[in-house]
Amino acid sequence: MTPLFDLDLLLTGTYHDWLVAGLITSLSLTGISLALALPLAILIALIRLSPVKVLQWSGFAFVEAIRNVPLLAHMLFWYFGAPELLPTALREWLYARNIEATSAIIALTLYTAAYMSEDVRSGIRSIPGQQFEAARALGFSFVASMRLVVLPQALRVTIPPLISQTLNLWKDTSIATVIGVAELMYQAAKVESASFRSFEAFAFASACYLGMSLLITGAAGWYQGRFPVRAA
Amino acid sequence: MIKIERVNKWYGSYHALVDITEDVAKGEVVVVCGPSGSGKSTLIRTLNRLEPIQSGRIVVDGVDAYGRHVKLNAFRSRIGFVFQQFNLFPHISVLENCTLAPTRLRGLKPSEARDEALTLLDRVGLAAKARAYPGELSGGQQQRVAIARALAMRPPLMLFDEPTSALDPEMVGEVLLVMRDLARDGMTMVCVTHEMGFARDVADRVLFMDQGKVLERAVPSEFFARPEHPRLRQFLSDIRTPFLQAA
Amino acid sequence: MIDLIDTYWLYFLVGQYPHGPLGGLALTLILAVLGLLFAFPLGLVFGIARVSPWRCVRWPVSALIQVVRGTPLLMVIFWAYFFLPSLTGQNTDQFWTMLTALVVFDAAYLAEIIRAGIQGIGKGQTESARSLGFSYLDAMRLVILPQVVRNMLPSLVNQFVATIKETSLGYIIGLTEVSFIATQINTQVLTKPAEVYLLLGLTYFILCFGLSRFAFWLERHHQQRTLAKAHA
Repeated sequence: MTPLFDLDLLLTGTYHDWLVAGLITSLSLTGISLALALPLAILIALIRLSPVKVLQWSGFAFVEAIRNVPLLAHMLFWYFGAPELLPTALREWLYARNIEATSAIIALTLYTAAYMSEDVRSGIRSIPGQQFEAARALGFSFVASMRLVVLPQALRVTIPPLISQTLNLWKDTSIATVIGVAELMYQAAKVESASFRSFEAFAFASACYLGMSLLITGAAGWYQGRFPVRAA
Repeated sequence: MIKIERVNKWYGSYHALVDITEDVAKGEVVVVCGPSGSGKSTLIRTLNRLEPIQSGRIVVDGVDAYGRHVKLNAFRSRIGFVFQQFNLFPHISVLENCTLAPTRLRGLKPSEARDEALTLLDRVGLAAKARAYPGELSGGQQQRVAIARALAMRPPLMLFDEPTSALDPEMVGEVLLVMRDLARDGMTMVCVTHEMGFARDVADRVLFMDQGKVLERAVPSEFFARPEHPRLRQFLSDIRTPFLQAA
Repeated sequence: MIDLIDTYWLYFLVGQYPHGPLGGLALTLILAVLGLLFAFPLGLVFGIARVSPWRCVRWPVSALIQVVRGTPLLMVIFWAYFFLPSLTGQNTDQFWTMLTALVVFDAAYLAEIIRAGIQGIGKGQTESARSLGFSYLDAMRLVILPQVVRNMLPSLVNQFVATIKETSLGYIIGLTEVSFIATQINTQVLTKPAEVYLLLGLTYFILCFGLSRFAFWLERHHQQRTLAKAHA
């Protein structure tokens, strides 16, 4: 007789290996996308804050075009649609490799960068120009004023929302299931259909998602406690 | 009307009210003054149980405020409370601010509540603003509406917690005038304020608080002419010559 | 692209209706509207419970909200898909599965918007209502919530945009909303994946961008009205 909740299934054996592999894939997707999205987000934020109208406008268009379409549609486009637009040779080269993960990372990176760029932009804008002027008036150089006065304040405002975007990124990796990336959700579904132990498989996945989410939320809480935003 | 017996209150380890014992008679006007952090706001907020106390007894209009079986909402509805920050409800009109509680809690018909509210607004000089929203009024006007709103519950007692401290100087007078008229009509009032002119002209008794204790209580003439406690003398000289004091 | 639209526009908009079940963009919209409509009262109750003075109410609801917010929507959909039938004792079709998941998920997010709104109102409002003799619940109902709901109108529209995007995940359980229909069309045409998914993205974009601009306008309008009043 099988137990109501078969813990062994999660702790050892093939199913365990599948699920752990899925977890690692999900973590990798998060890590790689985050590493790519952050610099892209800063770049877009700077473009949107530049004095050149055309740049401002194109930054706005990029952000809005991405944010107003569901991530699932992005994934479908990058997986099914975009390769068709490439030259045949390049396409075949791609198909020989991990096209699923590549499409997922492109979609996740663009999607996350669009949201993060807004946080970076409002973080920079939140520091009044007088702060910079006051530092210069005291005799600090441009670089020193930025490094000692403006950036420390801007980071305190920007990092908490960036952490919460990272949380969204972590949860969003689950959508890569749709295009067949063998991440946590995909593996849980695979275990479910192979073993019919849906409860165990989903409990494992849920616990992983939730555990990681709590860690990220905890990090945000720790940061805000350690570096509070202080208004004058 | 109010009996305060050996009331103590702590915020953590900080002793905010120390063994306070006071009486306020019906029709009496009592002004409470003292430096900031002296516990005067805390004291007035305990009178309608906005703050818990740790020991002692407060009886208001025959009701033991911290008694086990007190009906808190009914108890509070019989005490008018005016806040430093007015706290009008910004989403409804001035008139509705004054009819909300009477219709819901006193069971008045809307038309009755409306008539009563208009009379009260007229009394504070703002009948013309009945349809306005609080955000459209000046601070002084808002505070007068707040007084009318409190009066609309027909309380036998009014409490004022620094009613003019958040106002621009030119608006202080209009609020104090309304309060003076109220006192002349025989309302029992306890008023935390720094307006010493008001205390001198209107109060029957003035209390001076510092560090959670009532250090002096006297009729205004005595209070200002012959202050006994050294800290009261210091306080009176500080508020008379703030500039010299700071210099 | 023109002949693509010419052939499939009706299918894209309503699915097989009237010869089969309603689907496509119409289904997407119906799901989003019903999802938000049912989630709102639930979110209101949760939001009030989140700031309740009673721990026995506050803690379990806070925990539930944390769990939902730490879990991907896809996970919630999977749980609903596999366990709703055993809970209700009858087969649940995709529509109700998706709607249930959306309502639970959105309610958790709305609850946080409402909680923030309540906490943003300021203690003075509650204190003055209580001083007049109103009970805690009356103060909430008559004084606090009307202000919260008025202030949160822009957030509500933004949440509607989020919900529209979330409905795309119905794809994974075979719900015939517009992303699923787009994939069906792609399978039938076979040769134009990029165009099909660009059209899908464009559809979402027009809908969501229009609504987010509307939310932005509402917010500005609201701010200006508040400012005008304060200066009058």
